[in-house]
Amino acid sequence: MLKWRVLIPSVILGSWAILSLVAQWLPLHPNQITLAAILQPPSFDAILGFDDLGRPLLARLLMGARTSFFVAFWVVLISMSFGTLIGMISAWLGGYVDLWIVRIIDVFLAFPSILLAIALSGLLKPDISNVVFALSAVGWVGFARLARAQTLSLKRREHVQAAVALGAGNFRILRWHVLPLLLAPLTVEATFGIAGVVIAEAGLSFLGLGVQAPAASWGSMIRDGTLYMLIAPHLVLAPGIALCGVVLSVNLLGDRLRDYLDVKRKD
Amino acid sequence: MLQLFFARLLSMFGVILGVVTLVFLLIHLVPGDPVQAMLGESATATDQVALRHALGLDQPLLTQYFNTLQNLVRGDLGTSLYSKEPIREMLARRIPVTVLLTLAGLAVAMAIALPLGSVAALNKDKFWDYTAMSFSLLGISVPHFWLAPLLIMIFSLHLGWFPVSGYQSWDSLILPALTLGTALAAILARMVRATLLEVLNEDYIRTARAKGLSRRAVIIHHALRNAALPILTVLGLQLGALLGGAVITETIFSLPGIGQLTVESIQRRDYPVVQACVLLISVSYVGVNTFTDLLYSWLDPRVHYHA
Repeated sequence: MLKWRVLIPSVILGSWAILSLVAQWLPLHPNQITLAAILQPPSFDAILGFDDLGRPLLARLLMGARTSFFVAFWVVLISMSFGTLIGMISAWLGGYVDLWIVRIIDVFLAFPSILLAIALSGLLKPDISNVVFALSAVGWVGFARLARAQTLSLKRREHVQAAVALGAGNFRILRWHVLPLLLAPLTVEATFGIAGVVIAEAGLSFLGLGVQAPAASWGSMIRDGTLYMLIAPHLVLAPGIALCGVVLSVNLLGDRLRDYLDVKRKD
Repeated sequence: MLQLFFARLLSMFGVILGVVTLVFLLIHLVPGDPVQAMLGESATATDQVALRHALGLDQPLLTQYFNTLQNLVRGDLGTSLYSKEPIREMLARRIPVTVLLTLAGLAVAMAIALPLGSVAALNKDKFWDYTAMSFSLLGISVPHFWLAPLLIMIFSLHLGWFPVSGYQSWDSLILPALTLGTALAAILARMVRATLLEVLNEDYIRTARAKGLSRRAVIIHHALRNAALPILTVLGLQLGALLGGAVITETIFSLPGIGQLTVESIQRRDYPVVQACVLLISVSYVGVNTFTDLLYSWLDPRVHYHA
């Protein structure tokens, strides 16, 4: 019972990750247009059929996976590093620094996050690095809030007090005495962050604010597919199922990870 | 109570000022030249200077900032670059649709989440609990922009029950409301389950059962009522997600609301309108959250001691 709940999502995520890493060496032609095959449904020759320009859907799907993983990796990495740093500094220094950082966090929380990302990427030129920028600008807040709350409670722990008494510097304490204890909750937050970023990236691309043609994203594939829903539903179904599969897997693993880490903390 | 009221109100205005500042700064903080991005690379220098002047970007930053604040206080949101209309009128025309959609989405979410969460909590760790929570996990993982095409495919194209898109009558709102409500329902159902599980262990539940009330009466009058408070808070916080989701949902279903206006304006590079939309949505979000906070302390007298 417990095993397959970890196994199935891991297999789904793992195969997407491996496939998107090796995709460039596979004999795929995501941009090759076959006019005779326009909107063709799935068949033996092309497992997922062809899109509205006669491009093989499976190859496009893999390109989309690359986009998703690329954006998710960088956004989570950037927002986790930046957010954690800000949160730790805020809690550790306290006083006016903390007061102002909390106010800034509050202002960012006052925006529905996807709205701020839409506005930001709408202002910038639509391309993949700006998607990473827009989503990181929104994503750091959650990590900062978490790191701040955790650091505040760690500040009073004996081992931190002991380090202060021994005369350790701010950097040394935060790096070696606080950060290691933040890793567990941050990892859980980052896991759910991946699911959020994958959806957000697809959402931006769906609105035409993400990666631009001929590059593929699951979001832009769904948008293009909606025009042909009646005659070629596979154009909407394939990228949607891929997207939901990945998000569902990440959420399932996140749930398990949270339970697992919580159990460890109670021991 | 009055003291709490004014304290909350004051902090709300602080956050709103911050929101206004951030929206104002967006154009200056983003790397690259917004004017060039708006006009494209082939624009002449004269056009760029003209747009810079029209947006007031040729003035010193602080002057721009205070002009913006002054205009906002007077309720002047500027004019659209695209249609030359006053932005305030454009927003006024679009607000009702978004409010209706959000309320309908909220109603759908409540209608799904309350029974689902209750069933899960009452059958903890049994079949119905797993079923309800699996559905909830699925709901969290399905994005609006995929659920919407699926619903259109099933209900509009195959069954022909509802219009595909556009806004003619009330039934144009059903599919968008379903789209918007499902994701929220999923989160809410988890919350209802967790809160209800906590409440069900309280002494007063046992007392109510002991004095002979039926299981049903206890759940509706004692358990759900006490669980309502935390659920209310989550609802307030999730309104942001709902408003953000409305942007995508309105675009898919071509509903003439604020969200569609935002996306259209982004595509037209109509920067002042984008600014106004983002401002309007965020300020209403902050307003609703403050209101939820106050409502919470009014409903639950215990909150006063902590305030």
